[in-house]
Amino acid sequence: MSLFELIFWLLTVMALSCAMGVILSRNPISSVLFLIATFFAISGHYVLLNAQFLAIVNIIVYAGAIMVLFLFVIMLMNLNADTEPQKSRLVQFAGILSGGILFIVILAALKDAMMRGDISETATDIGLIKNLGRTLFTQYVLPFEISSVLFLSAMIGAMVIGKKEEETVIPGKNPNQN
Amino acid sequence: MPIQYYLFLSLALFVIGIMGALIRRNAIIIFMCIELMLNAVNLLLVAFSKMFNDPSSQLFVFFIMVVAAAEVAVGLAIIVMMYRKVHSVDINILNRLKH
Repeated sequence: MSLFELIFWLLTVMALSCAMGVILSRNPISSVLFLIATFFAISGHYVLLNAQFLAIVNIIVYAGAIMVLFLFVIMLMNLNADTEPQKSRLVQFAGILSGGILFIVILAALKDAMMRGDISETATDIGLIKNLGRTLFTQYVLPFEISSVLFLSAMIGAMVIGKKEEETVIPGKNPNQN
Repeated sequence: MPIQYYLFLSLALFVIGIMGALIRRNAIIIFMCIELMLNAVNLLLVAFSKMFNDPSSQLFVFFIMVVAAAEVAVGLAIIVMMYRKVHSVDINILNRLKH
């Protein structure tokens, strides 16, 4: 077993067990921490696949920004007490069963798929910023610009939704007139 | 290392995300399961990028991260709004979409 495979199995076990921890732990805070550990394992996979830039971006954006946002919201709502009502046993069993059936179906479909290829263990440089940036700003300029518009609209939307509601205006009464 | 290993790994992560979305009632946990599913897809795209030696799919991962960040901003705003209205993040309270 080469070093590549050893690291692959290590990161795989870490990713899968932490992902199970996300859905099984009762406390939302520990769910978030498990999810951060999962993201670190996935970043390790990115490094293993020579996507160094994406590994860094994954840590900065997901573990750094998005998960901190989740933690803030959970702490603001004071949800850290595990008072979450549980779904009934039947619904939980049905959820796990249907997920497992989906797993088996896709596994059976992909087992003999046409896709046959090997991931070489030699290093390539397509994941470096230079190559990615050149492709981004030649082939994918339009999606890049559209995503900036998407960010702007998401920002405005989040502010509008999260704004405190103003006093409801009673019809027929002008609030400026007293 | 065959590509199948990465296929099965990301499939397992995706299915764990689906199971979590089905069995939990906390809206924030369901949201995190959606993030988990997005990351499973990202991992598979990066594996294909390495297999075909093509940077395009890494850029798709980049755009998925952009969309996920925007989605999280709006979604958490909606959850905060819902908490302010009903003082709970239990999705079963919202199942009739009325007060």
